[in-house]
Amino acid sequence: MAIIAPGTPVPEITLKREDGSDFTREDLRGRTTVLVFYPFAFSPVCTDQLQVYEELVPQLAERDAVIYGVSTDATWSQAAFREKLGVSIEQLSDFEPKGAASRALGAYFEPAGMTNRALVVVGPDGVVAWSYLASSPGELPGADKVLEGVAAVGASS
Amino acid sequence: MSHGPRGDAPPTTASPPRPAEDRAATRRERPEDHACGPVDAPLVILYGDATCPRCQDAARLLRRPPQPVRLVWRHLVLRARGPRPRALAGALEAAGRQGAFWPLLDRLLAQPGRTEDPDLWRAAEELGLDVARFDDDRRAERAAARIARDLQEALAIGATGTPALLAGPGDDVDHGVPDAAWIQALHADRA
Repeated sequence: MAIIAPGTPVPEITLKREDGSDFTREDLRGRTTVLVFYPFAFSPVCTDQLQVYEELVPQLAERDAVIYGVSTDATWSQAAFREKLGVSIEQLSDFEPKGAASRALGAYFEPAGMTNRALVVVGPDGVVAWSYLASSPGELPGADKVLEGVAAVGASS
Repeated sequence: MSHGPRGDAPPTTASPPRPAEDRAATRRERPEDHACGPVDAPLVILYGDATCPRCQDAARLLRRPPQPVRLVWRHLVLRARGPRPRALAGALEAAGRQGAFWPLLDRLLAQPGRTEDPDLWRAAEELGLDVARFDDDRRAERAAARIARDLQEALAIGATGTPALLAGPGDDVDHGVPDAAWIQALHADRA
């Protein structure tokens, strides 16, 4: 499965916010969005990744960008995971139908039935500005990759 | 694999990510670095958190390596891990102001469960430091700025956890815990 390419408008997707409300492509409009796909809540590698990205939150806010974690875990698990990590990054659940949004964006790992490790940066126009698919779920994209993706939004406008 | 920026836009030079020359400078020892070991030994730059067990394992080995290494410690402390990582980084900076960075780190490595403020005061006293000055320095803006700079640098080189190691040829950050074979490979790379 190929990750969604830059220049592609985000298709219709529905994810669940922690409060149970829907997060759709309409929520992507008006500011830059970084979607961080990770395989499983509570896996040690994901732990480091989101704690590192948490350090970027102020910088992203300065660029009018917001960052979300996305996995196929249920909302309750994600909320507990976020609290355990001590991070503020809101989590979006792709639980039911499982992985549907991740598949639509090319960020699903079929062999293991889980979200792949990927980054998708969407511009304020709802169009993908930059994307990155890790070579394996064990590869962690660094914070430099997130910033590279956000810089691509400015470069393309 | 990465894509973008889209369209015909020129490559971005936004900062960060940092230019290549800055990344190269990151990989070199600087005069203000906390460094130990022979200057002609292979350089290992460790971005670490003194409360992290993996960093402790890495530092224990690199402080007493089976083959010589030149070790540089820079801080990688994440807010999400609570207040103690930053407190210990501040204490190490303060000890460094009195020439005792490595003795304090060794003490923290030897007693990883003793990291509260009274433990730090006792350690400073037993290391012969001016405790009042140590206590001022560890909370000083100077220490905070150094810790913040190290963090930004670690993020810019793509660190995704601790420890984050720069060593040997190539531009990759290594997040493993070194062992004797790893150090041997560093020496082999230089041969």
